[in-house]
Amino acid sequence: MSDEKSGRVVVVTSGKGGVGKTTSTASLGAALAHLGQKVVVIDFDVGLRNLDLVLGAERRVVFDLINVINGVAKLPQALIKDKRLENLFLLPASQTRDKDALTEEGVAKVIAELRTKFDWIVCDSPAGIERGATLAMRHADSAIIVTNPEVSSVRDSDRIIGLLDSKTEKAERGECVDKHLLITRYHPWRAARGEMLSIDDVLDILSIPLIGIIPESEEVLRASNVGSPVTLNAPLSAPAKAYFDATKRLKGEQIAMHIPTESRGLFNKLFGRKAA
Amino acid sequence: MSSLICPRQSLTFRARSYMAFAFAPQPPIADWLADLDATLERSKGFFAGHPVALDLSAASLTPSEIVELVASLAERGIRVLGIEGIEPNEAMPGLPPVLRSGRGAQEIEIPEPASASPAPAPPPQKQEPASLLIDSPVRSGQSVVYIEGDVTVLGSVGSGAEIIAGGSIHIYGTLRGLAMAGASGNSRARIFCHRFEGELLAIGPHYKTADEIEASLRRGPAQAWLDGNTLKITAMN
Repeated sequence: MSDEKSGRVVVVTSGKGGVGKTTSTASLGAALAHLGQKVVVIDFDVGLRNLDLVLGAERRVVFDLINVINGVAKLPQALIKDKRLENLFLLPASQTRDKDALTEEGVAKVIAELRTKFDWIVCDSPAGIERGATLAMRHADSAIIVTNPEVSSVRDSDRIIGLLDSKTEKAERGECVDKHLLITRYHPWRAARGEMLSIDDVLDILSIPLIGIIPESEEVLRASNVGSPVTLNAPLSAPAKAYFDATKRLKGEQIAMHIPTESRGLFNKLFGRKAA
Repeated sequence: MSSLICPRQSLTFRARSYMAFAFAPQPPIADWLADLDATLERSKGFFAGHPVALDLSAASLTPSEIVELVASLAERGIRVLGIEGIEPNEAMPGLPPVLRSGRGAQEIEIPEPASASPAPAPPPQKQEPASLLIDSPVRSGQSVVYIEGDVTVLGSVGSGAEIIAGGSIHIYGTLRGLAMAGASGNSRARIFCHRFEGELLAIGPHYKTADEIEASLRRGPAQAWLDGNTLKITAMN
């Protein structure tokens, strides 16, 4: 951690719970690290932490974000280095405290320090629109809005986009947080039967650029259960490929977008869609 | 260093005289107030904002009656700047100060409202066209309230978002949330949207929820207006 960096802060958020924020944070973080970037993922879900489990680091947690904010531990003491990727670090949440333990100044200080040491700071937001979620998005340069193709998730995402445009530091400076839509749990066969919102419907309602479509897959669940992001555990699976593509788009690469189709795991090029 | 103590100009006070309406109530006070009310009825607000002095020389009142009279006038929007015709020792804290040596002027005619002569009413205020333009989508949970006039939204209005306008509402995207026009009582206000998928439409106190709106209107351009007390919604093609 010698050379000074100016890291980019990305918040992974959704409003609604259970749509895949933590899974996506871990998968994108691991993919970024795999591509040679120095990455820290922060769990903002104080009291209900999960990111440590999904990354398989739960047995190595000593200090957490709240300890750092309270001055009990120094930041390097709380950072957990991933066993598989030496560029990937985790700053876990406290399980014994609640969101009130997060202070605005404390979070600002931690983020400012992390910016000097990492290329990417990926913040895993808790569900909801309260303190935890607003502080997770507070310092974001970019936001990944995780949405399932169903009405309640889409409406909650719309709400979160409104908050990103008003409650973040960037918005208060009159700038705009870069917003990217990540559609997860996409069932190609259900979409084909019209049983869920189409990609076009979701894009029409949210009107922000699409960064990726992650197909529903057993691989994602399997990876979470063994404590390894799907991008590490099964890098050739359809969801891992979709996460890698999304990661490259986040880095600014132009990669054609494909809507997953019914043919299992294979991407059909019939519905090529360019990332906006 | 001598400038630490600034030589200050000594304070000077000057006397100045003003024109004021002088009220000289005649007992019984209740009748006099009734006459005053009749006058005010014809020329509402005639005394509002003007200095008024109270001449009590003709109506020997007790201090508590004076307090009551001043309060009665205040209720009618008349503020008493001073009282004359009483002894200075009758003045009470909370009452206007005692005035002396007032000089009379001619009687003032209160203009009849129907008089043909140009009324001294304030010139009609120049109405600025009031409208609010929103060039970004209105997201779920956001509320736009603009009682002053019309609201135009270039993007969409999300499910769970609301637009409340005193005038009309124009939405060039899709309306999925709630739109309330004519919120200040303007029954001629209308709602226009490029694509209607809204949750509720209202003009003034009259509203319809999505359930009460014909399904054939959904997903198309629509407008809503008031026909008497009925909210009408039609497709715009």
